[in-house]
Amino acid sequence: MDFSAIIPALPGLADGLWMTLKLMALGVLGGVLLGTLLALLRLSPNKLLANFAATYVNYFRSIPLLLVITWFYFAVPFILRWITGEDTPVGAFASCLVAFVMFEAAYFCEIVRAGIQAIPRGQMGAASALGMTYAQSMRLIILPQAFRKMTPLLLQQSIILFQDTSLVYTVGLMDFLNAARSRGDIIGQAHEFLIFAGLVYFTLSFAASQLVKHLQKRLAV
Amino acid sequence: MNYNWDWGIFFKSTGIGSEIYLEWFITGLGWTIAIALAGWVIALLLGTLLGVLRTVPNRWLAGVATAYVEIFRNVPLLVQLFLWYFLVPDLLPEPLELWFKQDLAPATSAYLSVVVCLGLFTAARVCEQVRTGIQALPKGQIAAGYAMGFRLPQIYREVLLPQALRIVIPPLTSEFLNIFKNSSVASLIGLMELLAQTKQTAEFSANLFEAFTLATLIYFTLNMTLMMLMRTVEKKVAVPGLIAVGGK
Repeated sequence: MDFSAIIPALPGLADGLWMTLKLMALGVLGGVLLGTLLALLRLSPNKLLANFAATYVNYFRSIPLLLVITWFYFAVPFILRWITGEDTPVGAFASCLVAFVMFEAAYFCEIVRAGIQAIPRGQMGAASALGMTYAQSMRLIILPQAFRKMTPLLLQQSIILFQDTSLVYTVGLMDFLNAARSRGDIIGQAHEFLIFAGLVYFTLSFAASQLVKHLQKRLAV
Repeated sequence: MNYNWDWGIFFKSTGIGSEIYLEWFITGLGWTIAIALAGWVIALLLGTLLGVLRTVPNRWLAGVATAYVEIFRNVPLLVQLFLWYFLVPDLLPEPLELWFKQDLAPATSAYLSVVVCLGLFTAARVCEQVRTGIQALPKGQIAAGYAMGFRLPQIYREVLLPQALRIVIPPLTSEFLNIFKNSSVASLIGLMELLAQTKQTAEFSANLFEAFTLATLIYFTLNMTLMMLMRTVEKKVAVPGLIAVGGK
């Protein structure tokens, strides 16, 4: 084993890591937004909307992420062509991001829902008593408290997403794992690069989860 | 460009031998189930052992189990799979390495790698659930065990595990379902499980929406069936008198 070849490859690997982090950050952002919307639908008094959200969540939670990534990679260009009527080139990045957002939203929805349900009922009543509309009480009273409570869970799910971004390997997007694999293959040192990739993933993910644990203790009531 | 919808595609010939596309999906489902079940056996046995180790009053043993969990939970599944499939065979003693690389059919060596990988990956998660289950039991149970003259292994075997394993069935169910979904990574080392067959159908027939819809339906049905199966198991073995399990 000779790890010296990794040093000249570092800039390329850093580009890959940047891609991984970008996917994660945008995936979490979109996933939390869509997930919150789904959670609100799931808890809404309107049966039709609640059922729609429940079906969405059950659907995405019962299929593998890799299937979603692959499917979207094939399907997104087709669907865009039907909508716009012309060829719209979509890169692997866009289709992967859509897949992550839609898939992770199902998981984030459950976290947000549990967070909202953990807020005492009286808060909603008090907000109504103050003359707030449903939307206002959600936005100003319930959600800010719920988000504070579920921050550790949201962060944990983000760490899972960080690891799951490596699945974009299947569509050839140059994320960190793929950058390491392809560089290692070219110079015939696949093993060294793979071990290095594993170590980097481990270090980042372990450090982040220790931070989350620390935060969890501090936020605990 | 037009898309030609054809839901009858699954009964059409693949052009390879006399196979129809549906047979590809059935073969794929067979592999998916074979990977998941074999991996689950490893995960359950090793995970339970590790879960016990994490709770024993011995720092070294508990430390080993904790290190295992941290390593296997913080490296992405795909990286682990590549390590098992590309790296580990090279580290084996020569006769074993040759056997793995030359004597085994490609599908068999990929199968072995993915089963070991998923088994060890899932064991870390099972370990955490089992540990939680053991720690959820009242402390008095261990003391009572000692008072009856049991040794520690006996306390685990006769008192703690029979209860802990039953109360953790709901979280274990979700790990059980996950191993089926996670088995799809096998497609990335060339094993023709359900996702790989779906991709192949999409490429051969150009009917990608139908192919992926069927795959989704199969995964969905599999998930629902397994969930109902586990609910039945859960009810059958519920610890009487516990509210959490809805005992009798």
